[in-house]
Amino acid sequence: MTHKSEILKALRKNLLPEPALPSLDQEWIVYEDINAQFEQSVAAVGGQCHFVDNISDVQTRLGEIEPYRDGKKICSLVNGVEGNVDLDQIDDPHELEDVDFAVARGHFGVAENGAIWVTDEHVKHRVVLFLSQHISLIIPKSELVNNMHEGYARVKHVGGVFGVFISGPSKTADIEQSLVIGAHGARSMNVFVVENV
Amino acid sequence: MSSTSKKYHPQEAAEFVADNERAHWHDKALWFVRSKRDKAAAAVPEWEALRETASQIKAHMVAKHADFLEQFEEQATKLGAVVHWAKNPEEHNRIVLELLQKHEVKRIVKSKSMLTEECHLNPFLEKNGIEVVDTDLGERIVQLRNEPPSHIVLPAIHIKKGEVGELFHEYLGTEKGADDPDYLTEAARHHLREKFLAADAGITGVNFAIAETGGIVVCTNEGNADLGTSLAKLHIACMGIEKLIPRAQDLSVFTRLLARSATGQPITTYTSHFHGPREGGELHIIMLDNGRSVLRQSDDFRRSLSCIRCGACMNTCPVYRRSGGHSYNNTVPGPIGSILGPAMDAEKHSSLPFACSLCGSCSDVCPVKIDLHHQLLKWRGKIAERKLLPWTKRMSMKMASIVLRNTWLFTLMGGIARKVMPLMPRFLVYNRFNDWGKQRDLPAMPKQSFRQQLKKRNDSQKRDS
Repeated sequence: MTHKSEILKALRKNLLPEPALPSLDQEWIVYEDINAQFEQSVAAVGGQCHFVDNISDVQTRLGEIEPYRDGKKICSLVNGVEGNVDLDQIDDPHELEDVDFAVARGHFGVAENGAIWVTDEHVKHRVVLFLSQHISLIIPKSELVNNMHEGYARVKHVGGVFGVFISGPSKTADIEQSLVIGAHGARSMNVFVVENV
Repeated sequence: MSSTSKKYHPQEAAEFVADNERAHWHDKALWFVRSKRDKAAAAVPEWEALRETASQIKAHMVAKHADFLEQFEEQATKLGAVVHWAKNPEEHNRIVLELLQKHEVKRIVKSKSMLTEECHLNPFLEKNGIEVVDTDLGERIVQLRNEPPSHIVLPAIHIKKGEVGELFHEYLGTEKGADDPDYLTEAARHHLREKFLAADAGITGVNFAIAETGGIVVCTNEGNADLGTSLAKLHIACMGIEKLIPRAQDLSVFTRLLARSATGQPITTYTSHFHGPREGGELHIIMLDNGRSVLRQSDDFRRSLSCIRCGACMNTCPVYRRSGGHSYNNTVPGPIGSILGPAMDAEKHSSLPFACSLCGSCSDVCPVKIDLHHQLLKWRGKIAERKLLPWTKRMSMKMASIVLRNTWLFTLMGGIARKVMPLMPRFLVYNRFNDWGKQRDLPAMPKQSFRQQLKKRNDSQKRDS
């Protein structure tokens, strides 16, 4: 017998009553002011949230953010935001080790926890989301949802596509419970919520 | 796993407790985390509905466990992942090694996985000439100290920053005497980036495996699982077979519960969803049984398979907080570990269900509503039935049972104790046979028994009326 069939046999040894799978269509939290809640959640997880009108405003505001302004290698995955690293020209993701700043598009943001859904669709090397010293995510203002239930309802899991909820910059509290921002991944997270995309 | 050393929890805890200052510091650190959890839970109005829903989802999964595993394998395979089945740690480790050897891997980076701790994967791979680097900061700290994690979410919770400073001075060349967490974390960041960039493969644990889609979800705060799996071409994900959830939408329930219960965060920084390998890469998923299918057969302990490893039961446990994770001598310590440990090896872990005051706090905070303290009580019965109690406890329980069952004997013994105890020199009462009296004194003996006092009271009331 293979390991698989042995394990399955052991798991089928007793027939258990099958409690029904619960419906997830329940009364989950909804916020009166979803924008304010999202902004507050992003701040609570260590990020900065900016509400702007359009992409060129993003560019202007980024120019005021030191790591972007002074960064030598900037990887922008967003049309209308300047960068100087083209992922498609790079074969080996290891070459991205010295990227200072990455700007990427998020699909939607979740007000209850400041998480933003990002996928690697059309992103040749997803490592740029994690290896860059700093990161900025851009989402349309129309794409804010209240909670994770609304969030997952929007997610389509497609083979070969990696998806991640990112909530704030990388962090750890493994040394005496002291919160330190910038563990392995991004040291800062600037979120831009754009009115007119 | 065989029982090589048989040590009881109180003996293991003795050293930890002896350092009074540290024991209190540890207690406070965990209570701080527990308080953050309380705040986070209170901020969600539907918290109890979430717990109930999570509990029902897991119960459904466990009832149809085999079906969901097959569905998961089918879906994951369609996505291009390779699913492996392992009955025990030996098979699990062999599968990992074969994969690494096939790809000529010399260096791996690993993100947090209690399952690989359960399998003792690190020493096995090192013995076979492979460099293993744990990349979670807490895990890296305990790895450099050559000890196991003392907590499943906060592996280095028992270590002070000064000790991390000394450790990093020795291994990472930080300044002597430096103990600033920001500085030390920065040093670890540089050290581990080199390891990420040099690794030939990444190993991760799995928080959730979705039967419906064949995807796996890994949660970290540091981003180490993502770095470890986005550079090298080979990703090996190791999971226990209980990590399954039926539907992708179920994640909405568990991601809301997990981090709030664990650390009081509204969600982990990175919640990563892998659906098949990335282009040009390979994704292997190893599913380990190691006693889980046996646990499923037990009406008493089945619900412990619902555990999502948040660690909330540890943070709240008065015994865990005061005795430290290492005193449990088990991969998973604390209340849930005291249920899972004996299930794996009842003889080795026979003392764990007794490292509990039955206060029930663990059951109150558990995000999937496992009846932890009931299960711990059940284990005590089973351990006594199997004659696994130490003889001192066995004898004292037997004697107590005889005394408590016989009124005349109880009265007699009480009378003797009240007369004799006050006359006895201290060393006769407080000695190595009296565990109870190690850190506390017995109450002063009353002059009369309860019966005598009651009789006196009734008599005087009668007289008055």
